[in-house]
Amino acid sequence: MLGYALKRLTSLAVSLLVASLVIFLVVEVAPGDPASYMLGMNAQPDTVAALRSELGLDLPKWQRYLSWLGGMLSGDFGTSYTYRTPVAEMVAERITVSLPLALYALGLSTLIALPAGIYAAARRGKAGDAGVIGATQLGIAIPNFWFAMLLVLLFALKLRWFSAGGFPGWDDPLMAMKSLTLPAVALALPQAAILARVMRSSLIDILSEDFIRTARAKGLSRRQALWRHGLRNALIPVLTILGLQFSFLLAGAIIIEQVFFLPGLGRLIFQSITQRDLIVVESVVMLLVFAVIAVNFLTDMAYAIADPRLRRPR
Amino acid sequence: MKPSLILGALLTLTFILAALISYLWTPGDVEAVNIAARLQPPSAAHWLGTDHLGRDMLSMVMTGARTSLAVALVAVGLGMGLGVPLGLAAAARQGGWLDELVMRTNDLIFAFPSLVIAILITAIFGPGALNAILAIGIFNIPVFARLTRGAALSFWRREFILAARVAGKGVPRISAEHILPNLANLLIVQGTIQFSLGILAEAGLSYVGLGAQPPVPSWGRMLADAQTMVSLAPHVAIVPGLAILLTVLGLNLLGDGLRDALDPRLRPSRA
Amino acid sequence: MSLSSRQKYPGGRGAPATRGAEPPVRQAPEALLHVEGLTLTIGGTAILQDVSMSLPQGQILALTGESGSGKSMTALAAIGLLPERAETSGRLRLSGRDLLTLPERELCALRGREVGMVFQEPMTALNPVQRIGDQVMETILIHRAMSRAGARARAAEVMARVGLDPERIPPTRYPHELSGGQRQRVGIAMAIALRPKLLIADEPTTALDVTTQAQILELLTGLVREEGMAMLMITHDLAVVAGMADRIAVMNAGRIVEQGPTAQVLAEQRHPYTRQLFEASRHKAPLAPITPGETQLSVQDAVRDYPLPREHPFAPRRAFRAVKGVSFDIRRGERIGLVGESGCGKSTLSRAILGLEPLQAGQISLDGKPILSHGKPDPALRRRVQVVFQDPYGSFNPRHSVGRIIAEPFHLLPDPPKGAARQTAIAAALTAVGLKPEHEEAPIHAFSGGQRQRIAIARALIIEPELVIFDEAVSALDVRVRAQILDLVAELSRTRGLSYLFVSHDLSVVRSITDQVLVMREGEIVERGATAEVFDNPRHWYTKSLMEAAPRLPAPEMGGDDDAGGEPL
Repeated sequence: MLGYALKRLTSLAVSLLVASLVIFLVVEVAPGDPASYMLGMNAQPDTVAALRSELGLDLPKWQRYLSWLGGMLSGDFGTSYTYRTPVAEMVAERITVSLPLALYALGLSTLIALPAGIYAAARRGKAGDAGVIGATQLGIAIPNFWFAMLLVLLFALKLRWFSAGGFPGWDDPLMAMKSLTLPAVALALPQAAILARVMRSSLIDILSEDFIRTARAKGLSRRQALWRHGLRNALIPVLTILGLQFSFLLAGAIIIEQVFFLPGLGRLIFQSITQRDLIVVESVVMLLVFAVIAVNFLTDMAYAIADPRLRRPR
Repeated sequence: MKPSLILGALLTLTFILAALISYLWTPGDVEAVNIAARLQPPSAAHWLGTDHLGRDMLSMVMTGARTSLAVALVAVGLGMGLGVPLGLAAAARQGGWLDELVMRTNDLIFAFPSLVIAILITAIFGPGALNAILAIGIFNIPVFARLTRGAALSFWRREFILAARVAGKGVPRISAEHILPNLANLLIVQGTIQFSLGILAEAGLSYVGLGAQPPVPSWGRMLADAQTMVSLAPHVAIVPGLAILLTVLGLNLLGDGLRDALDPRLRPSRA
Repeated sequence: MSLSSRQKYPGGRGAPATRGAEPPVRQAPEALLHVEGLTLTIGGTAILQDVSMSLPQGQILALTGESGSGKSMTALAAIGLLPERAETSGRLRLSGRDLLTLPERELCALRGREVGMVFQEPMTALNPVQRIGDQVMETILIHRAMSRAGARARAAEVMARVGLDPERIPPTRYPHELSGGQRQRVGIAMAIALRPKLLIADEPTTALDVTTQAQILELLTGLVREEGMAMLMITHDLAVVAGMADRIAVMNAGRIVEQGPTAQVLAEQRHPYTRQLFEASRHKAPLAPITPGETQLSVQDAVRDYPLPREHPFAPRRAFRAVKGVSFDIRRGERIGLVGESGCGKSTLSRAILGLEPLQAGQISLDGKPILSHGKPDPALRRRVQVVFQDPYGSFNPRHSVGRIIAEPFHLLPDPPKGAARQTAIAAALTAVGLKPEHEEAPIHAFSGGQRQRIAIARALIIEPELVIFDEAVSALDVRVRAQILDLVAELSRTRGLSYLFVSHDLSVVRSITDQVLVMREGEIVERGATAEVFDNPRHWYTKSLMEAAPRLPAPEMGGDDDAGGEPL
């Protein structure tokens, strides 16, 4: 188990290093000089040069990469070119919207999908199964931002149960959760559809395995065999998808934040792009990538706990 | 043939026909602004109503299909064109340096949510349909590479491949003659799925303004335009959304139906 | 078919449907398992027709027949685990209760408690994510037969009984940490944990090596005798049946064609199908005598290592040595067997001879020229060695026609025949293996397993190699088809002077088709000699243990038409 964790951890570190290099290089080749942007069209060349040296933009590329990387490791994400405030502060503020939203959606999607998938697999070929399959077909095909607009139309504009957008802050947690509910539902539904399908087909595969027949020969009923032997084995591929979904939810959140005017990382990143606040773009993208890689690592670990065959290398 | 396969094929066909016909003819002019006729509900003159600038929605949907089709098609082509050869090459030398490189690069690309790639590309080159294609296409490469590699690996262990090696055939020849034809069904099925995902992704990018730029119509931007009008005239939001939904649904039904019809053992990845 | 039989004998009672079937026992007490006129169809296809048999307490009944004969379906019926779509008629009584009409709830209460079952494939029959002790305990706990502590104690007792030493294989192990034989012991422990009256074993040793097979068979018979259980044993292997069963029932195409006490069935073989099975099992291919020529293939100190995955990123790379410095020669015209248990390196060695695997040390050469030079095979040499693989289904590209498959080795020729010459060559190859030239156009999926192995042989022969490697080439075939393929191999050796290396785990097959034999164990060749000599007087302890473990058919009492005589194996 330890060897396995070490192996995964090493590849995590390497992935992060390579990803940081890619992001830095990509942002580096982007046209447009942040200093000229900040000072406007009519700035004097020497003012621009002074600002460039103040921002550290005149240093050699490798030096800037290392200082950016070193800063990230120590929690210093640099200073926003536009707002002159530490990027870390801006990100910290926005993440209190984006992260709860993604987790809320992940929870909802899991809560809907797993029971639906298990139900469909247990009733394979019957009406209930067909119903779940039909619903998942629709769920996969619906663009989540359009679904979000329909939710707003129905629940905010017609029924007036929720507000159409905006975020009141965490001073009142109940209100905060309420304002995240429609966005979370919009994010969760398409993901739930995918997850339910994976759960269903994985469980159906497992139920045709020899060891399920062995369990039935011991006297377990169909239902007991499903719960005691089928589920744990079937969850292994579901875990993989769950890990992957986190990255989809993060990406999806960027768009959904636009629909509901939520002050999350998504809006921050769009703002920064239009203002050529590249250090913010770099940092937010790096943060998102870090989240995805870290979640994949956790998925691998969960995998090893669920499946004893992975614990020792063979 | 299952009814779902026929439904899927019909929906897909409608979508492709709408896109093709729009090059020759549309009921109205998509660039003709007529503020007086804005936000009209569906009627005999405008079957799907008009938008906030008074343009005919049916014409907009037809022309928008063009963008979706083009972006998704090229993106899937890019993914397949690069991903399949890479996957074949990686599988032929399992554990070799090329395999390692391909797999590690795949992992790296998977670590970037596709929208983040799009954002990065837009940050550099500015928004546009071409960049949307690039962003979606890059994400398709590892999907096809991984799928091809996995399936090809299982074939390399089969005895008929050993027999071909005993017959003196080399790696490229075996890949082309024995492995690729056996992967064709799997790739067709995954292709339809990636195609539908590509349409969804294009719509999302256009919606946030990173996709096709005006005056090129696109479904995603129609939805973005509709957002503030939704309470006044719900049809401006419902029409383009339904167009996306039905197209993606059709492609998915087609893909699932093809999988069942071609080979029930195929199992493309949904990730 | 089933309809007509029911019309003839309304009620399914009375006149036995088959020769040799005994009239049902009418006087009390009824046997533990009593099957009467069992007919089973799935989706309109008849699987079982009018099956009748009975198994008294404490006896072993072997149900035998070729694949698809319906023997496994009969076993599943006897534990009430038939597929949902199965439609049945007739009676199947266990201790007086009819399993065909019993509701599912009562079947669940009965399975595991009154009937236990052991399955064929030990690698997949256990839940991979649950500890073996828990899996054995579950049988007890699911029936609420004991407290948790009591169940744990009973599980330990049963596992010790089936030969799982708690010191070496504690109950906290997971299935993947066990060998195939150990897993099969766990499967048996689960089946007998509650001392069922009936134990069903469906090909319990088919997936195991011959020495492990002998141990498991001994364990099963011992259990039946000690605990007074009855056992329904499903097997295709007549030699296994002969060694352990009290009674035999022979099945063909869903019917029992003959049944009776083992000794009687073996001696009388009243049904022609039974006779065919026994003759095919004992079959010895007619090998013409040869005078070996000069050395053709020479294997010198061949070593093949496989790299193992690293334990962690900084661990040194380690390797598994599959072939440990093997040397032997094959002379022109020789027919050599290579036997050994799974994992002994025999397949790796044969692939190295084909030039499919590089060697880490040593050399393999044909007529003095190395097969691989600088890692590349020499086409001129390669076309003189061809191969026939085991799997009649995996050996052919499913998308190619028979003609294209057979002609593939032409790729090795500098100037492959085209047009009419190619057609003639394909037709000749098909004719040589007993198929017809018009089969050339047909897709491969139109052919049965035996026909496919003929096609594989045609592919190997089309460029007229001097040496053919048969890699478990008849292992996937039923006995009667196997006998035909062995005859074909013998005939080809006679007409073409072919030399071959026949790789197999099956000792009786190797005995019937080779003059010389190599015995391989853990990457080394431990014994070599004339086949009859090695089999009758093995010198190495390992060869001895193999020969002792191999189940054998007794000699037929009526002399007659078979050629193996009274030879063992």
